[in-house]
Amino acid sequence: MSQIKKQPLQSKDWAIEAHGLVKVFGDNRAVDGVDLQVATGSIYGVLGPNGAGKTTAIRMLATLLRPDGGSAKVFGHDVVKEPQIVRQLIGVTGQYASVDESLSATENLVIFSRLLGLGRAEARHKAEELLEEFGLTEAAKRPLKNFSGGMRRRLDLAASLIAQPPLIFLDEPTTGLDPRTRNQMWDTIRRLIQSGSTVLLTTQYLEEADQLADRIAVIDHGHVVAEGTVDELKSSVGTSSLHLRVENLRDIGLARQTVERLLRVPTSISAEAAKITAPLASADRVTDLLIALREAGISLAELSVQKPTLDEVFLSITGHGVEEKSAPASAKSIQVEGQTV
Amino acid sequence: MSTMIKPGAQRQLKNHTSFGQSVRNSLTMAYRGLLKIKRTPEQLFDVTFQPIIFTLMFTYIFGGAISGDVQNYLPMIIPGILVQTVITTSIVTGVQLREDMEKGVFDRFKSLPISRIAPLAGALLADTVRYTIATVLTFAMGYVMGLRPEGGLGHVAMAGVLVIICSWAISWIFAFFGVIARTASSVQGISMIVLFPLTFLSNAFVPVDTMPDWLQWFVKMNPISHLVTAVRDLVNQGTMGSDLVFSLVGAAVIVAVFAPITVRAYMRRT
Repeated sequence: MSQIKKQPLQSKDWAIEAHGLVKVFGDNRAVDGVDLQVATGSIYGVLGPNGAGKTTAIRMLATLLRPDGGSAKVFGHDVVKEPQIVRQLIGVTGQYASVDESLSATENLVIFSRLLGLGRAEARHKAEELLEEFGLTEAAKRPLKNFSGGMRRRLDLAASLIAQPPLIFLDEPTTGLDPRTRNQMWDTIRRLIQSGSTVLLTTQYLEEADQLADRIAVIDHGHVVAEGTVDELKSSVGTSSLHLRVENLRDIGLARQTVERLLRVPTSISAEAAKITAPLASADRVTDLLIALREAGISLAELSVQKPTLDEVFLSITGHGVEEKSAPASAKSIQVEGQTV
Repeated sequence: MSTMIKPGAQRQLKNHTSFGQSVRNSLTMAYRGLLKIKRTPEQLFDVTFQPIIFTLMFTYIFGGAISGDVQNYLPMIIPGILVQTVITTSIVTGVQLREDMEKGVFDRFKSLPISRIAPLAGALLADTVRYTIATVLTFAMGYVMGLRPEGGLGHVAMAGVLVIICSWAISWIFAFFGVIARTASSVQGISMIVLFPLTFLSNAFVPVDTMPDWLQWFVKMNPISHLVTAVRDLVNQGTMGSDLVFSLVGAAVIVAVFAPITVRAYMRRT
């Protein structure tokens, strides 16, 4: 108890506090000064493309990797100095299911339960309970080799919940899952929060962060480039994006100027497809745009409005797309409101 | 998930694992190893066939040349081949550990609040099943070929246990290679280079006095020779001497040195 009393009051509210986390692999600074503060009882989304440093950051917070710089605390316990305490407070579900391929679902859960100190009968009971809850009872005795990706992920998550940890790390929990399975996973994650857990999840999908997370950090090249609530982030991006394809390729320059003038946003362009993409803050403006295009004599082959993708979030926050080559020269970085980094 | 989770800040936790917990965790990990053997029994091929083939081969090849006939050679060769076979078997431990560690499940083991030594110690412990199979089969082959140990069944059993304990200790060396090596096949390579001279530059197959002086010096120092002598004493005379003590102390030293550095290397590895 004395240890708890000594801690400053505000650290109790944070499930995770990370300051300036750094991890270097060779000459690649995979994580380069990441600050995170995750409130207890919330879902925190870490959003970024492949190779942005999401997994490396999570691995450091989960004591799987030693940070090269900075510090991190989980419920006030330092991940480097008190790793064994931190491990008692977390559950980790990896990007690749961290379960034993050669064993059955029941055997996996029983072994993990036993390792966590449950007795023989308790472990068996816990395994049954979790299998039931995650709809895996029928497949309980089959070897995992025959499991589908979704079943594996669910088992993986079930294994993370044995000790009822107050903080759960989910590293891309739905990557590669079909939409139905993904929705089931989302429901499960929401239920975790209702029982008082805190969840840190990484994702490549803006929609997933949108659906689940209370706050989001956008990571790019090992840096947090934006942080805030979903609404703050969205207002900086525009809720959706407008895609225009011109009939005649030589009109594309003029069309683009028109779009940028009327919507007052930077656009990206793919010349081969004669396509212009622009963030769309207000659907109302499209009317003006279409009239302007008609007046300029530009005919459109295709017009669509799409929800923002990660690419557009990046375009608007960092000024470049997810892939370097798709970054248009004229796209200037815009100021992100509500940005705290 | 119906029950509320106890908040992290209100939990009372310790930053170390007790010895009792380490033992329990290791036993659970050993149970996992046994389940894996049960699922893939083909990994027992080597411990089944090697004792049979090697015992037959070496006894009939060297028997006449060294001891005049096969029957007289048996009391000498069976302990030798037993030590050689069982210790060679322990290389597989390192190789399998390397393969196992590449799987995602080791990430989970690392993230669990369990003793750090357990995933390694458990795997090594489960492999004593392999050593036991090899030991029993070697003695069985010896018996079929006509070995009648003077020491009696009790001492033969003790000799078997001695060899299993020492092989378990030596498997820590290969576990270390397994943890630091980059691929499973390189573990096999390094381990063979270490083990081959050790087992053959010993008294396992031939009397030491037939060797040149400088080699005798090494052979007499070689811990494998002491282990072989200890097993011969137990099997053929039912006696326990300094070689037995030396073997057990040697085993303890190997574990004391290699267990900590292996665990350390394992912790470093990402």
